[in-house]
Amino acid sequence: MSALLLAQEAATHVTTGEAIAFWVLGPLALAGGLGMLFARNAVHSALFLVLTMLSLGVIYMVQQGPFLGFVQIIVYTGAIMMLFLFVLMLVGRDSSDSVVEVLRGQRLWATVFGVGLAVLIVAAVARAFTDVRPVGLAGETANGGQGNVYNIGKALFTDYVFPFELTSALLITAAVGAMVLGYVDRHTRGRKTQKELVEARFRGEHDRPSPLPGPGVFATSNSVATPALLPDGSVAEESLSRLIDATASAKLDEERKAVAGTLPGPDARALAPGKEES
Amino acid sequence: MTRAQLLADDPIWLILIKAVVLLLLGAVATMAMIILERKIVARMQHRPGPNRVGPNGWFQSIADAIKLPFKEQIIPDTADRKVYFLAPIMSTIPAFLAFSVIPFGPEVSIFGERTVLQLVDLPVGVLVVLACSSMGVYGIVLAGWSSGSPYPLLGGLRSAAQVISYEIAMGLSIVAVILYSGSLSTGDIVDKQASGWYFYLLIPSFVIYFISMIGETNRAPFDLPEAESELVGGFHTEYSSMKFALFFLAEYVNMVIVSAFCTTLFFGGYMAPWPISLIDENYFNTGWWPLLWFFGKTWIFLFVFIWLRGTLPRMRYDQFMRLGWKVLVPANLVWIVLVVALRAIRNESEISTSTFLIVGGIALLVLIGVVFLLPERAPAPDGPVVPVTGGGYPVPPLDLKVPDKADLKPRVRRRREKAAVGAGADVQKEAGQ
Repeated sequence: MSALLLAQEAATHVTTGEAIAFWVLGPLALAGGLGMLFARNAVHSALFLVLTMLSLGVIYMVQQGPFLGFVQIIVYTGAIMMLFLFVLMLVGRDSSDSVVEVLRGQRLWATVFGVGLAVLIVAAVARAFTDVRPVGLAGETANGGQGNVYNIGKALFTDYVFPFELTSALLITAAVGAMVLGYVDRHTRGRKTQKELVEARFRGEHDRPSPLPGPGVFATSNSVATPALLPDGSVAEESLSRLIDATASAKLDEERKAVAGTLPGPDARALAPGKEES
Repeated sequence: MTRAQLLADDPIWLILIKAVVLLLLGAVATMAMIILERKIVARMQHRPGPNRVGPNGWFQSIADAIKLPFKEQIIPDTADRKVYFLAPIMSTIPAFLAFSVIPFGPEVSIFGERTVLQLVDLPVGVLVVLACSSMGVYGIVLAGWSSGSPYPLLGGLRSAAQVISYEIAMGLSIVAVILYSGSLSTGDIVDKQASGWYFYLLIPSFVIYFISMIGETNRAPFDLPEAESELVGGFHTEYSSMKFALFFLAEYVNMVIVSAFCTTLFFGGYMAPWPISLIDENYFNTGWWPLLWFFGKTWIFLFVFIWLRGTLPRMRYDQFMRLGWKVLVPANLVWIVLVVALRAIRNESEISTSTFLIVGGIALLVLIGVVFLLPERAPAPDGPVVPVTGGGYPVPPLDLKVPDKADLKPRVRRRREKAAVGAGADVQKEAGQ
């Protein structure tokens, strides 16, 4: 049977609902893919990928593969992308890609393998359009079984049990390998226990035996930005945290100076008065 | 007709009615849950609780629900606007979506139309609930990240790790139920429990599910993502107004979902409880009566949620993760292997129940004997003991020797000076300013 005939047959079998679902989800999936490539922020990229995966999951469901669809959502969007996000969040929200080539010839090989993968995928999809005859998954008795879930379970645990186990062995090896490589023992890293730290503090190996003083809590304010006062009424500098108000203070520093009048005045040689170059 | 066939016949107006009722159910249950929680926890703590709005303060939730959306909305300067808007939506929608596969009752007649009290009965209904809960985490994680401040980020990270680990335990605890019922559809699982509810047939699964459902919904004692004493408000610290209300809604709807799911999987869903099921050939299991049993069972679980919050202190994060990965998951795997082995033996060979029980009992006895034979672990030796002078109180010893300061001081000073030489220039510069 020629490809054209098959395509016509498939076209006549598409129901209205399926067509609507496809024309809504297909562009969404494509937009997600493009968004992933072109988004500046790494987290936004990850979110676009989530969109693509969700659309694919729903397309599977529409194609009578509810099990595959929901597993796609649980495993890929729920677990794998979540781990991606986890790492991205740890790396920091503003970090961007490094343009330095770490591995020599990385780009060349990436291009070669990328093109190779694309060729493979296109070949597989093209073959699916021409040689493979779709039998459909709808109905309880499709594929000579008792429904979709039953068939997948049976296939996984009979015909494909060896590849299945092989895949899990591969994944476990990868996970254990990552743990072995990533795990650093506390003692080899030279980190001290709490007790050792306390003793070291009191031996005078640190600047001060006690933690830094906390913020002041007065009747007028309970903000952590309030400085503590020393017995003589002066401000305890150590109680002020640079970290807590770092963002705001750095951002508002100029305005604060302007209000306080400590901003350097207009340069005599400048054409326009005002902003200091930073 | 089967459930799926009955549901497939539903006209569009019936589907719409069901969907709207489910949507309202989530919102109403949330409001009821909030006022009940405040009242019950207050009673457990010997205080009156809310007592201003309406009779005995029972309308407090309504007042709060009206007030919250009208509050001022504050968006932090450092927030990632788009994701900040998206996060509450992503946490709320999946929570409501999971309601669609919960079977609330058997065949009834609505305006002359025969149907089942369930929106949709998918062959993979159990997976729908899991998928929804895994999508709901995105809301929390993205809220933490997009707020652009440290505490929410920590809350988001904690939540991601927590929900993923407890979802594994939860998924594994459902495996035994699926093995017993032979189906992934929630309706079938309820029907298969006609001969016996799974909470006593599969006790370990039920216990593990129960623990992980509390971990999954971020409730006390596992409410680490929003631990007030550590992270201010956790992931929703920077949220206010309607967006905060959506997070609140999602949390409580999730609680209702996991409770309803627990009822479905382990407590016979909408089936009448034992003594009542004997009356009049199970008359109370037909028509609209099962709704009563279903919500009764669900609200028992919701009460336990509140009870736990009023009783247990929050766990430390590492203890919590250890419980999930080193206790719940391995115990679950062993239990699944056991269930599979038992079912395989019963299916394959012709063994009578009595032989089966006798062999099982002997195996259990041998196991207990082996456990007794194991050498006890010696208690860890204590460090140097604080000398006690008498009376049992740890008072300082009579021959207490105060550390010699003269011996200590030069060393400290030397070190300080050494440090000061290194940073001398900076120190002077700062002192000059």
